[in-house]
Amino acid sequence: MSQNLDVDAKPSIEKEESMFVQKKMIADHFDRLANAKESGKKVVYTFVPGNLTELMLSFDTLPVLPEINALQAGMRKMSGEYIAEAERHGHSEDVCTYVKCDIGMMLKGNIGPTGQKIPDPDLLLLSYTGCFTFLKWFELLRDRYPNCPVAMLHVPYQGEGEYTPEMVKYVVEQLKREIIPKFEKVTGTSFNEGALKELLANSALAENDLVWVLEAAKNPVSPIDSYFGGVYYIGPIFTSFRGTPGAVAYYKQLRKEVEARVEAGEGPITPDGPMGEQKFRIVVEGPPNWTSFREFWKMFYDEGAVVVASTYTKVGGVYERGFRHDPEKPLETLAEYCLGCYTNLNLPDRVGMIANYVKEYNADGFLMNSVKSCNSFSSGQLVMLREVEKRTGRAGAFIETDLVDPRYFSASNVKNRLESYFQMLAQKRAAAQAEVMA
Amino acid sequence: MKCTIGIDLGSTTTKAVVLDMQENVLGRGITNSRSNYDVACDVARTEALLDARFNLFRSGIVGFQQIVGDVDAFTEALRQGFRLQQHLETLRELESTCGHLAGILFTGQELEKVKALYDGVFGAMVIEAEQLFAIDAKRRSDFFRDIAGSSYMKLVDLAAADAGLSFERLLGVYDKAILLVEAHVFKVDLTKVLGLSLRRALDSAGVAQEAHAEFFDVVHHVATVDLDLVVTVGTGYGRARLPFPKEWIRSEILCHGLGAHATFPNTRTVLDIGGQDTKAIQVDGDGIVTSFQMNDRCAAGCGRYLGYIADEMNLGLHELGPLAQTSTSTVKINSTCTVFAGAELRDRLAAGQKREDILAGLHRAIILRAMSLLARSGGIDNEFTFTGGVANNAAAVDALRKLVEENYGEITLNISPSSIYTGAHGAAIFAVREALHPTVLDRVSDKTNEAVLAGGTL
Amino acid sequence: MELEQINALSMEELLTKCEAVCLDFNFTTVREWKAENPGQKAMGFLPTYVPRELIHAAGMLPVGVLGADDSLEIVRGDACFQSYICHLPRSVVELGMTGRLDCIDGMLFPSTCDVIRNLSGIWKMQFPDKLSLYFDAPQNFDMDIGGKFYRVVLDEIWAHMLKLNGSTATNDDLLASIALYNLNRRLCAEVYDMRAARPWVATASEVYILMRAGMLLPVEQHNVYLARYLELAEAETKAGNRREMDNARVVISGSFCEQPPLALVRTLERAGCYVVEDDYMMITRWLGCGVPVEGDALHNLVQSYMDYKGESAAKFVPDGCKKGTELIGRIGSTNAEGVLFSAPSFCDPALLDQPMLQEALDRVGISHTAFKYSENTGQLQPIRERAGTFADTIKLWGEA
Repeated sequence: MSQNLDVDAKPSIEKEESMFVQKKMIADHFDRLANAKESGKKVVYTFVPGNLTELMLSFDTLPVLPEINALQAGMRKMSGEYIAEAERHGHSEDVCTYVKCDIGMMLKGNIGPTGQKIPDPDLLLLSYTGCFTFLKWFELLRDRYPNCPVAMLHVPYQGEGEYTPEMVKYVVEQLKREIIPKFEKVTGTSFNEGALKELLANSALAENDLVWVLEAAKNPVSPIDSYFGGVYYIGPIFTSFRGTPGAVAYYKQLRKEVEARVEAGEGPITPDGPMGEQKFRIVVEGPPNWTSFREFWKMFYDEGAVVVASTYTKVGGVYERGFRHDPEKPLETLAEYCLGCYTNLNLPDRVGMIANYVKEYNADGFLMNSVKSCNSFSSGQLVMLREVEKRTGRAGAFIETDLVDPRYFSASNVKNRLESYFQMLAQKRAAAQAEVMA
Repeated sequence: MKCTIGIDLGSTTTKAVVLDMQENVLGRGITNSRSNYDVACDVARTEALLDARFNLFRSGIVGFQQIVGDVDAFTEALRQGFRLQQHLETLRELESTCGHLAGILFTGQELEKVKALYDGVFGAMVIEAEQLFAIDAKRRSDFFRDIAGSSYMKLVDLAAADAGLSFERLLGVYDKAILLVEAHVFKVDLTKVLGLSLRRALDSAGVAQEAHAEFFDVVHHVATVDLDLVVTVGTGYGRARLPFPKEWIRSEILCHGLGAHATFPNTRTVLDIGGQDTKAIQVDGDGIVTSFQMNDRCAAGCGRYLGYIADEMNLGLHELGPLAQTSTSTVKINSTCTVFAGAELRDRLAAGQKREDILAGLHRAIILRAMSLLARSGGIDNEFTFTGGVANNAAAVDALRKLVEENYGEITLNISPSSIYTGAHGAAIFAVREALHPTVLDRVSDKTNEAVLAGGTL
Repeated sequence: MELEQINALSMEELLTKCEAVCLDFNFTTVREWKAENPGQKAMGFLPTYVPRELIHAAGMLPVGVLGADDSLEIVRGDACFQSYICHLPRSVVELGMTGRLDCIDGMLFPSTCDVIRNLSGIWKMQFPDKLSLYFDAPQNFDMDIGGKFYRVVLDEIWAHMLKLNGSTATNDDLLASIALYNLNRRLCAEVYDMRAARPWVATASEVYILMRAGMLLPVEQHNVYLARYLELAEAETKAGNRREMDNARVVISGSFCEQPPLALVRTLERAGCYVVEDDYMMITRWLGCGVPVEGDALHNLVQSYMDYKGESAAKFVPDGCKKGTELIGRIGSTNAEGVLFSAPSFCDPALLDQPMLQEALDRVGISHTAFKYSENTGQLQPIRERAGTFADTIKLWGEA
C-alpha cells in the first residue's frame, strides 16, 4: 500500500519500469487533487480496507486515503513531528499513530507527499471495515470539517468465519440508501451504473494479474518479495486507481517483469540491487514499519531471507480465494469485496490463511510483525503464532514495531530477534541435513 | 595450548569463557559492559584468560596440599592479592585522571582546595581498598566502577562541605573520569604482579621460606604458558559490534541453548533473565534451538529492574534476594514497569509495608512476567534450566520454583552457580566446533584473523 | 440467596454480600445457580452491551465477565497479549485458562472494539468446545437498514441460545424477560437518580458494587437487592446517618469497558469527589426501561436499540448529532460540576473519543481532567492527587 515518492532515493537503486509507471500515476493524482477546487472535482476521503474506489470514480470524485498519507509521512520521516503535534493537542500516546499522524499533518497545513496541499474533503466516506479505529478517525475529521458530511458504511465482521447473504444485503442496502444518495448530493450527479460496471470489469482484469504476480513467489527462486516489494505492488489496486485503465496497464507491465525474472530464475530487486542467494523463505503477518522501511527490509535480504507471502498485501482485498469484482452485480460485488478484506476475517480464518501460506509457498518459517498502533491486526497475534506453529510444525518469530511512530522502532532490538531467528532456522536445517546424511 | 573463547556482550555485563579443545572450561571472566563494548570485550577476555591461569595454578599446587592446607583457599588468596594490585593500579589512574580533569574545571584557590581534598580522599581509598581485598573480605561488587564509585561518593560527600566545595561538581569530575579510566585497558606484567601476590599469599598462609621456590616455579609456568586462542565466537546484545567474521557471531539464543545443554544435557527449556531482556528457549536433545521467545518491547521485569530497585533502596544488587527471602508476607505487586519502580516503592514504604515484603512481591512479579514468556514459547514439559544474572538471586529462584510448580507441576529445575556464563559458554562451544571443522577460517583474511586474535595471549 | 432473605439484610450486610459477589472470581453465584437449576446453562458476556433478555428467556443465566479487578496474578493472559493491549482481555483469558470460567457454557463478545472482537476469535481457538459468538450490533440506526440487519443478528443469537440450553422458549417468554430487565433498568435508574440527587447517600463505591454484583446475580435477585438498597438508603437518610460534605460533583467518562478496581472508585471518593454520573457498566441503562412487552419481542428489542439515544465511544454518532452533546446533557441533568476522564490504558475507543469530548466541554466551559487506569492499577496515589486537586479547584470556583 505504498507508493514511495521519495525522489531523493539513491540513484544507484535499480528500479523496474513498473515503479516509474506507478510513480507517475500517483504524481498525476496529486496534481488532480491540488487542482480539485479549480476543476470542480469533489474530494472524498476514505480508507484502504473496504475502499469503494470504483464507486468514487463512477461519480468522478477524487479519492484521498489518509492512511496512505500517514505512511508516506512515515517514509519521509515527517510522522514523528506530526504525531507529536497531535499529542500536543490532547491525543493519547496509547492510540493509533496513523490517526495521530494524519491529524498532526492537518494541523500543520495538510501538505501531502508531493509538497502540494491536499484539499479539504467534500465527503468523508467512512468504510468501517475491519478496523474500529476508522470510526473514531472520521468522527475526529468531522470535528475538524464540521460542514462535511460523513457517509457511514458499516461492514459486519466475519465473526463466525464467513459472510452471510444477510450481511451482503445489509451492506448493499447501505450503499443504495445511504452512500449513493450522499454521493449524489455532494456531486450533484446521479448514480451511473454503466460507468460503475465498466470500472468493475477493469478491476477484475488488474486483480487477475496481481494474483498471478503474488503467486509467482511459489517458484523455487521467488521472483518477488511479497512484503517489502509487495507493498509497492498493491499500491495502485488498493488505493485510488482500481478500475482505471491505468491500473490495468500497470499490472500488465508488472506481470511482464515478474514473468521475465521467473524465466531467468532471478530473485526480487532490493534497494541494494538484485537479491542474492535465497536462504530462507518467510511468511509475514502484520503491517510493515514505515519509518525505517528500508532498514527493516535490509535486515531480511542481508540474511538471505525473502518473504514469499504476507497477509498485509491482503488488507485491501483478498483475491487469491477467487473473489473478483463482478460487473454483473455491481453493488453486491462491492459488498462482498468489503466483507472479504483481510482485517475483516476472524482469527481462526487468519490462522488458516497463514498456515496455508507456509505450506503452499514452501516457507521455512513465519514472522509476526506486531504493530503497536493496530489492535485489529495485533491483538491475538501471540495466540495465532502458537496456532500456526501447531498446524505447520514450524517455529514462528515475533517482533514489535509500529506503523509510523519512530519512537517505536528499535532497530537493534528487531535485528537481534530476526538474526536469532534466521540463525535458528539455519541451525535446524543443518541438523536435519546431518541426520539425512547419517 | 590451543583453546577457544566465547564472549557474551550483554547490556549490563560482558562475560567470557575459555575452553580447551575437549570443551573443558579453563577459565571465566566478567566485567561491566560500560559504554565501550570493545573495552568490555577486552577486559572480559583478559579476565577469563587470567582465570584460566589461576585454575592452572590451582592444578599445579594440588601436590602442595600439606604445605598450604586448603588448595582452593590458597588459590583464592592469590587471586585476592592479584585483584588488589589491579585495583590499586586502576585507582592510581583514576586519581591522576580526576586530578587532570579538576585542573581543567577548577581554578585558583578552588583548585588548590580540590587538590588537597583529593589527597585525602584517594589516600583513604587506598586504605579502604586494602581492607576490601583482605584475604577473606566480601565485597558488594567486584567491578572497579562500583567499588571506587561508592567510596568516592562517600568520602567526597564528607569532605566537600568542609572544604566549601560543590559535591555535585566533584561528582561530575568522577563521572567523566571513570569513563576514561574504564576505556583504558591495563597492560600487566603477569610474572611480576603474580609474584607480588604470591608473596603476600605465602606470608599470610605462613609458608616457610624454603618452600617458596616451588610455588614461584608454578607461578612462572602459569604466567608464561601460551594460551593460543584459535577461534573466538561472540554473542550477546552487543555482538554486532565485534570485529569478527559473520560466522563467528552467534545469537545469544543459540548460545544460551547450547550452553545450558552443555551444563545440563537433559535440558529442554531454558529461561534466561538478563539485564535488558528475558528469553525463553526450547531446545532438543542436542541443544539445538527449536523455538524461542524474547520479552516484548516493554522491558519491564528484566534484570535491570532489580538494579533500579536496588538503587532506590540504596542496596547492592546481590543484597536484594537475601533480604526478600526474610519476608513473611509477600506484598502483591501488579506492575513491574521500570518507569514507575521508584514511585511504586516509595508509595508502598509510605503505606507502611515492609521492605522485605515489598521485595518478595517484586521478585514474584518479575518471575510472573517470565512465566508468561515461557508460556508464549511453548511452556515447560521437561527438565528446565534457569540462566542469566538473575539466576544468582535466591529470591528470584524461590519465586520461579514456586510458580513453575503451580503452573507445570513437578519439573527438574537446574541452576548452575556459573549460570551467568551460559551464553559465553555456548559461544565457546561453537568456537571449538568452528576450530575443529572450520567454515570460515580459510576464507578469513589474515588481517581479520589477526584482529580477532589480538590480545589472545597475555 | 432467597428473595425474602435479601429483604431482611441490613445496609452493611447487603453491601458486604454484593462486594463478595463482585470480587469472587470463582463465580460461586454462577455455580450455585447451576446447582439449583440442574441442566441449565450459563452464558457469559463482555462489556459493553448484549441483549441479556435472550439469554434469560432461554432459561440461562447471563454472566457479565468484567475482568478480575486487581486480584488475579496474570500468567497465561500476558502470554497472549503484547504490553500495549489493555488489561481486560488478559484477565478474561486468565480466568478462562485457569478453569475459573468452566461454569460458563458460552460467551458473547460485543462489538466494542478490535480487542474484544479478536478475543472472540481467541476464544474459538482456545475453547473450541464452548460456544463463542461475536455480537455485531449495527452502526446504522435506520430501522429499515440497520434495524433489518440487527433483526437477523438477534434471530441468530436467539436460535443459538435456544439450542445451547435445549430450550423451547417462546415469544411470550422473551416478553417476560424483557419485563424483568425493564424493571432492572428502572431500579438501576432510580439508584442512579438517587446518587445524582444525594451522592452522600448513594455513594459512588456503593453504587458501583451494587451494579457490578448485578452483572453476576440472577436478575430476579438483583432486582430485590436494588429495591432493598433504595429502601435502606432512604432509611439511613432519615436516621441522619449520612451527611452531605463539601465535595465536588463529577461525571466519570471513558470507563465503559474495562472496569476500574473498586479501590480506585473509593480513592475518588476520598479525594473529595461525588461521582454523580458514570459510564461504568452501561448495560444497566442501555435501551432504557420502556422496551414494549407486547407483540414481537425481538422487534421490540430492535426498535428500542435503534431509538436509544445513549452514546458510548463504541457507537458511531451519526451525522446531525454532535459529539459531546449527549455528555453535556448528562452533566446538566445530574447537576455535575466537572468531568473526570477515566479511561483504561490503551483503550482505543475511549482515548480517541476523549479529545472530541474535551473540546466540546471547553466550548461550554465545563472543567475536566483526565487519568488512565487499568483494572489492576496498584498506584492510586497519583490518581488521588489528580482527582483531589480537580475537586479542590471546582470547589474554589464554585465559591467564587
